[in-house]
Amino acid sequence: MRFPAATVAALAVAVAFCGRADAAPFEDTIAQRVLACTGCHGREGRAAADGYYPRIAGKPAGYLFNQLRNFRDGRRHYTLMGGLLEGLDDDYLREIAAYFASLDLPYPAPAPRAGSTAQRADGEALVRRGDAKRGLPACNDCHGAAMTGRAPFVPGLLGLPRDYLNAQLGAWKTGHRRAAAHDCMAQIAERLSDEDISAVSAWLSAQPVPAHAVAEAASAAPWPIACGSVAVDPSGASSGRATGR
Amino acid sequence: MIARVARIVLAVVATTVVALVAAVALLDRDDDSASSAGAHTADAIDSAVQIARGAYLVRAGNCLGCHTETGGEPFAGGVDIETPFGIVRAPNLTPDPRGLGAWSADDFWRALHDGRSRDGRRLYPAFPYPNYTRLERADADAMYAYLKTVAPVARANQPHALRFPFDQQAALRVWRALFFRPARFAPDAAHSPQWNRGAYLVETLGHCNACHSQRNAFGASSSTLDLAGGLIPIQNWYAPSLFDDAQAGVSDWPAQDVVALLKSGVSPRGSAQGPMARVVVGSTQYLDDADLAAMTAYLRDLPGRRPTVASAAATTTTAAGVNERGRKLYADRCAACHGDSGEGVAGAYPPLAGNRAIALDPPANLVHMVLRGGFAPATPGHPRPFGMPPFATVLSDDEVADVLTYVRAAWQPRAAPVSALEVRRFRGTAQ
Repeated sequence: MRFPAATVAALAVAVAFCGRADAAPFEDTIAQRVLACTGCHGREGRAAADGYYPRIAGKPAGYLFNQLRNFRDGRRHYTLMGGLLEGLDDDYLREIAAYFASLDLPYPAPAPRAGSTAQRADGEALVRRGDAKRGLPACNDCHGAAMTGRAPFVPGLLGLPRDYLNAQLGAWKTGHRRAAAHDCMAQIAERLSDEDISAVSAWLSAQPVPAHAVAEAASAAPWPIACGSVAVDPSGASSGRATGR
Repeated sequence: MIARVARIVLAVVATTVVALVAAVALLDRDDDSASSAGAHTADAIDSAVQIARGAYLVRAGNCLGCHTETGGEPFAGGVDIETPFGIVRAPNLTPDPRGLGAWSADDFWRALHDGRSRDGRRLYPAFPYPNYTRLERADADAMYAYLKTVAPVARANQPHALRFPFDQQAALRVWRALFFRPARFAPDAAHSPQWNRGAYLVETLGHCNACHSQRNAFGASSSTLDLAGGLIPIQNWYAPSLFDDAQAGVSDWPAQDVVALLKSGVSPRGSAQGPMARVVVGSTQYLDDADLAAMTAYLRDLPGRRPTVASAAATTTTAAGVNERGRKLYADRCAACHGDSGEGVAGAYPPLAGNRAIALDPPANLVHMVLRGGFAPATPGHPRPFGMPPFATVLSDDEVADVLTYVRAAWQPRAAPVSALEVRRFRGTAQ
């Protein structure tokens, strides 16, 4: 079996991503300051090819800010990530989030289709319509009609590896990933079976990302389910760490 | 004959036990004079001023550091403090009935000064009462007054999870007989009030020796003023000696650099990382200028050249020889920020050449930095730190050892090679 040379080179670069700082001349920029992030999340936060470190470039600022705080404050767990963030305050996390949110970088082509045709059809149905009988809203209701997210708090669902989607939905289901109270995604994940998760991830991971995919503008449209992550003031005024830790 | 020997042995053992019990009872004593001596005059003090003072002192003691869970309610307790003897769980300090709600100022004072809970139980010295025993009563009262004002949290204390025999009050009696006496801070008349204020902060609230000294097999530090450096149990970061200018001594630092390190986490001479970064974030950044100057005066006056085992080992190490794999790894992974010659970038990336932290033994902190990366703490004086990526997922133990051996051989100060076994030892939870 032979691989084109370009594929081999791309794989080698991808494997070596994590922990490699960009070898550009020093400039005092926010990009320079956050090389600690791009070591694992890929150059400019494009995602590492292993599927474990997700893309952060272009995600809504409020979402990224919430996740940075969730890792720092122990609601999400990854030793390296939590350790990096422990001495950083909300102001700086907000700046880091805004920087990565501002990046508009092309997405790679979607992954090859996974799962069976029937499974992907089930997944698409759940994403687009939900399941009212089980109290499951459609993913589109919050994540946008094009599934590119809704500013400033709700992330897009496209361009994510299937393994990552499975891991996150599973982590919500088991309580390993948490968010601020009224943890809406935890409630939704609880109602999803393993088969549901597999179907949703099979369909979502195979969808192409539109060019210049940006989150829908913030709107006053009601949410189908109470959600603490969207209730936090995006300016962070209500989110300061009282403890200073 | 055998029976007679047995009787004698039994008698000797029994006598010894009785003598030991008597000695423990005699030595593990509270300070009877304490409660009345320097009796608090809460009525006479403006309570708002006292509460603000208490809030400040609670910061100086970094009480939140243990008594608040990551991301949890302030002072509600719950942090698992891992020790070589098992897990100690910091209790709830809020004024809820499950916390300090029923405690009086005298109870609080007894905890700090005598190391006893409200019900008389002996407390574990993970709570640094060997340091706090020297607090002034007025300071303890202010801390108490402040803690009465924090939001109550209805969180029950979790029992400690210590191994036998450390879970026994009798074990604590013995420990206290050996290593603890209630005491008062004794100002040294040979020094200025500023120096004495610094000594007071370092010895009591700062509890600096909790990390910066080597603990014995019983988890005790030789003295609350022993700052000769030590490997922090479980965390496995090395808290360098403050008595040794080849480690973390500051006798040859300009005063403003010491103040900057404590206030902002960074200084022209080095930055706080790991556990010390947490201390800056949770405590020293909040100290006022007078107290920072006082601590600095005291720390700069410590003997700066006391030789320690670690620095002796470093200086007797012959050049390790440039490790070719380490050199390549350095060029590939490190040089972009730290420079081809280890020169760093001023204000952003620390130099490795001429950096005394590189030569510390054990090399625990270097291993942690390479594996976990990190940011200097974000503080008002240094709000947007530069970061170093973690290498735990991409470098093997052998590779970390190679690159560290290289940086410890390439420039002064040189130090002994780092082995893959040492990397493994310090890797801990960083994958």
